[in-house]
Amino acid sequence: MNWAGLYTVLSGVNRHSTAIGRIWLSVIFIFRIMVLVVAAESVWGDEKSAFTCNTQQPGCNSVCYDHFFPISHIRLWALQLILVTTPALLVAMHVAYQQHQEKKLLVLTGHGDPKHMEEVKKHKMRISGSLWWTYVCSVVFRLLFEAVFMYIFYMLYPGYQMLRLVKCEAYPCPNIVDCFISRPTEKTIFTVFMLVTSSICIVLNMAELVYLVVRACARRGQHNSNPSSGKSSFYGHKLSSEYKQNEINQLLTDQDGSLKDMLRRNPGLQEKGDRCSAC
Amino acid sequence: MDWGSLHAVLGGVNKHSTSIGKIWLTVLFIFRIMILVVAAERVWGDEQQDFVCNTLQPGCRNVCYDHFFPISHIRLWALQLIFVSTPALLVAMHVAYRRHEKKRRFRNGEKIDIEELKNEKMHIRGPLWWTYTSSIFFRLIFEAVFMYVFYYMYDGYQMPRLMKCSAWPCPNVVDCFVSRPTEKTTFTIFMLAVSGICMVLNVAELCYLVIKVCMKPSRKTT
Repeated sequence: MNWAGLYTVLSGVNRHSTAIGRIWLSVIFIFRIMVLVVAAESVWGDEKSAFTCNTQQPGCNSVCYDHFFPISHIRLWALQLILVTTPALLVAMHVAYQQHQEKKLLVLTGHGDPKHMEEVKKHKMRISGSLWWTYVCSVVFRLLFEAVFMYIFYMLYPGYQMLRLVKCEAYPCPNIVDCFISRPTEKTIFTVFMLVTSSICIVLNMAELVYLVVRACARRGQHNSNPSSGKSSFYGHKLSSEYKQNEINQLLTDQDGSLKDMLRRNPGLQEKGDRCSAC
Repeated sequence: MDWGSLHAVLGGVNKHSTSIGKIWLTVLFIFRIMILVVAAERVWGDEQQDFVCNTLQPGCRNVCYDHFFPISHIRLWALQLIFVSTPALLVAMHVAYRRHEKKRRFRNGEKIDIEELKNEKMHIRGPLWWTYTSSIFFRLIFEAVFMYVFYYMYDGYQMPRLMKCSAWPCPNVVDCFVSRPTEKTTFTIFMLAVSGICMVLNVAELCYLVIKVCMKPSRKTT
């Protein structure tokens, strides 16, 4: 499992994201993960071997390196990127659950053929109802993780700038010893770059949150002005005349927005003469 | 996520590019990214270890290396290639948006062949023409900016064999020797030349697109 594996897992989620979500995913993979892998890792590659202290005291080098770099930038970024990308899996799990429910409903209504099953897998889920809440939670978690890591970075390495020289007096170094860091300017450039892309990602996440909230309010406004749109039990009444009413009603109360989509896509699920006024 | 994944992402865009665009993408991947990965990275691999200064003063070597190489050539080229290839994603996003619109029309009852929709090549017309032209324009800008940054940091593109350093804690002036200077100069000139070729291809593509658009109205009026 490496970055390519993570990319495969998250590309699947991409299909059900908003446009801003897709841009965010591209920025993460191209400007953060790719830069980390192809450039930043080689800059920090020799950070310990080229960390030189002006002393011949054995152990002083190691102790001073450990004192000034409790956790390397590269490892912090890797952790940050993994934690920031994983809330998207909440959405993937919810989508998989909804698809499972749709398949069950199709089987119960006698449309369990492979063609309908394939269509369930392929169609894009609308971000409404409980999926909306899951999606919003995932965006909030992303924001939280980004902010937490930026704070940790600031606490561990105040100022983001990598110094050329650090003065160390930890045991066993005799008195105060000058220690020189390898490639400080290059490290500062990459630190600033990663910081800027992190901020861009935070801005994209906030924009996505605002977009989702505004869209939900707009939809609710439309829904309120059109009160004849039916509730789930209305569909249960329409479809249950021939089929297992309880199970179907249960499934229908679990599904809300996605059922309307499904009925719109498969008009054959409704009996002839039935007219679903809210579809 | 590495160069191979970038190739996979950009390969999709290739289908909707002009012929010059396809040549540009090939030059980018074969003569720049591939050379960077298989050759240049090895040449610069030991740049810090084999940067030797004529002093026993601890820290002097680190400080002098940092003073003369604020950012390594390899990293600059990697960033340049990433920035130069990403405007193509604008085109990919626009094509995906157009396909999405067509699918929506299909769902609303118009008759469109779904399979053909997936494989069809989009014509570079209308708003897509503007997106495509903007992406080429951004590519040109990024190429120019990075070439300027290169020139500004490493006056003249040539890698000298010897550098004289007097940054603290080096005592007085110290001679420092760069590892593989001739090989580095060769690769720097090679990458510079290919970058120039890519800029020429981008300018040609821009001219081609503009002429194509100007020719259309004149054909309509005749």
